[in-house]
Amino acid sequence: MTAPASPPASSPFVEFRDCAFSYGGREIALEADLCLDAGSLVGLVGPSGAGKTTLLRAVLGQLKPVRGEILIDGQPLGSRPPRRVGYVPQLETIDWSFPITVEEAVLLGRVSDAGLLPWPSRKDRAEVAELLERLGLAHLRRRHIRALSGGQQQRVFLARALIRRPDLLLLDEPTSGIDVATRQDILTLLRQLNAEGIAIVLTTHDLNAVAAGLPELVCMNRRVIAHGPPDVVFTPEILRATFGSEMIVFHHDGMLLTADAPLHGPEHPHHAHVHHGAPHVEVADLKEAR
Amino acid sequence: MIDWLAQPWSFAFFRHGMIAATLAGGLAGLVGIYVVLRRMSYIGHGLSHAILGGAVVGYIANASFYVTGGIWGAVSALMITGVSRSRKIGADAAIGIITTASYAVGIALISRGHHFTRNFEAAFFGNILGVTTSEVWLLVAVAIAVAVTIFFFYKQLLFVTFDPEVASSFGVRTVLVDSVFSLVLAASIIATMRILGVTLIAAAIVTPAVVARLSTDSFSRMLLLSVGVGALCGFGGMYVSYYGDIASGATITLFGAAVFAVVYLGGLARGRFSRARRGDQTAADDPGEGLVGFAARATALADIDIH
Repeated sequence: MTAPASPPASSPFVEFRDCAFSYGGREIALEADLCLDAGSLVGLVGPSGAGKTTLLRAVLGQLKPVRGEILIDGQPLGSRPPRRVGYVPQLETIDWSFPITVEEAVLLGRVSDAGLLPWPSRKDRAEVAELLERLGLAHLRRRHIRALSGGQQQRVFLARALIRRPDLLLLDEPTSGIDVATRQDILTLLRQLNAEGIAIVLTTHDLNAVAAGLPELVCMNRRVIAHGPPDVVFTPEILRATFGSEMIVFHHDGMLLTADAPLHGPEHPHHAHVHHGAPHVEVADLKEAR
Repeated sequence: MIDWLAQPWSFAFFRHGMIAATLAGGLAGLVGIYVVLRRMSYIGHGLSHAILGGAVVGYIANASFYVTGGIWGAVSALMITGVSRSRKIGADAAIGIITTASYAVGIALISRGHHFTRNFEAAFFGNILGVTTSEVWLLVAVAIAVAVTIFFFYKQLLFVTFDPEVASSFGVRTVLVDSVFSLVLAASIIATMRILGVTLIAAAIVTPAVVARLSTDSFSRMLLLSVGVGALCGFGGMYVSYYGDIASGATITLFGAAVFAVVYLGGLARGRFSRARRGDQTAADDPGEGLVGFAARATALADIDIH
C-alpha cells in the first residue's frame, strides 16, 4: 500500500459535529462531539448500552443523526455507506450454520467493486489469495467458516473488510470470545495495519488487556466522557462517570491496570461509604506501596 | 426397465409434463436455497395461497388467473419483505399475517354469493395433464428470467442472505435486493403452482435446498446441487405420477421426501451431522427438523384420495 503524499497527521478523518442519535422515540441513545484523526488507532470503551456500536453504525451510514452532522474525510456522510470504510461485526452476530466457505466469505467484501458475474475474476482471486496468505488462512480457504478457531474466524471477517482496501477499519468487539494468545495476535495484526496507514476504531469491554494497550481511547456512556491516551483517561473520576461504578487504577511497571473497587458498589449498601463529592478512590502506585 | 422408462415418452402430454415438472422442480430448488437460508420456509406455502386468493378474484372478474394471481403474489411478497424489516416482526409472522389475509380476500369474495363451479382440485394438488402448452412456455420464460436475475444478483443476494445488516455497510442496496428476490419468488411460485400444487409447493421449494445443505458447506455448490435435486424430484416424480396415476404435486413432494430421507439417514449412519463434529448449532439439525415435519406431512397427504 502506498503512503499518502502528505500524511495529514492531525487532520480529522471522522468528525461528529454535535451529533445526537436515537432509535425511534424521543430518547437520545447517544450524543457525540468527537474528532478522530486519520491514521489513528482508537478504542471505544464503556458499559453495555453506552452507544459504542451505535457510533460505529453511524460511521457506516446505517443510523442517521437526529441532530448534527458526520463528516468523513471532510465530506458529509450521505445515505450510502462511505466507500473506504471496512467493517468487522461482532462474531456473535454471524450465522455460523450458513453454508459458506472462508474464500466465499472473504469474496463478499468485493461485492460492490466486482463485476456482474457471479464468480470471482482472476484479479479478485489473486487478491483473496494474497490476503489469506498474509493472515495465515491460505490453507483454510475451502473450509466452512465454523470449522475454524475463534482467532481464525475473526481474521476471516477482518479479511472481508480489508479486501475493500479501506482507509478506516471499524471493529465491533474484535477480542471478545477469543483466548489470550489469540487476542494478542489480533491486536498485533491491527497495530501492523494501523502502521500501514489504516485508521482503526474498535470497541472493547476489556480495559486491561486491550484498552490500556491502545494509543487512544474514547470513554463513553451515551455521550463522550473523555478522549485521550489511556494514562490520561484512566482516572477514577472518568471511569466512574463511564461505568457508573467505583474503580481503582494501578500503575505497575509501566502498565496501567484497572479493577472494580471492592465492596463499594450500591449492591452492598451496608458497606457503602458516604461520599461528599471528593473522589474517595485512590490512584495507587504499587511500586511505592511495596 | 428401459422400456418402462421410455414407453411414456411416446405421449406428447408426457413429454410436455416431463419438461414442465423437471423445470418446475429445478426452479423451486433454485429459489428454495434462499428461502431456506433466510429461515422463511413457509413463504412458499403462504404465497401459493395468496396467489390462489388472487386467482379467485380473477375468476370473478373474468381476468386471467395469471394476471390477478401474479398481482396478489407480488404484492404479498413485497409486503412480507417490507413488514419483516421491522425488528419487532419476524418473517414467519409476516408470512402468517399477509398471505393468509390475501387468501381470505378470495374466500370472502366467493362467500358473497358466487358459486364455484370450476374444479380447483388441480390447483390444490398439482396436475400435469391440465398444463397447457402456453403454460409450459410461460414456465420456460419465468425459469430463464429467474435464472438470469439470480445470475446477476448472485453476490448481492448471497451477502443479503448471509448477513443483511453488514451487507448494507458494504454498499449492497438491501431494499432493492430484497424486493427483486420477492418478485422472483412470486413469479416462480405462480409459474409452478399448477404443476406442484398450492398445498404441496412448500415442500418442492424447501426439500431440494435442505438435501443440498446436508451435502455441502459451500454456498455455490449448494445452489447447483439444489437445482439438480429439484429437477431430479420433478423428473422422478413425473414417472411415479404417470405409473401410479397420482397427482404430480404429490409424487414430486414424495420423491423429494424420499431423497431427503436417503441423504439424511445416510448422513446419520456416517455420523456426519453429529453435534460433536459440527459444533453446537448445526445447520443439519435446524432445517432437518423442519423437513422431518414435511416428510410426515407429505406421507399423510399420500393417504388422501384425490381421484
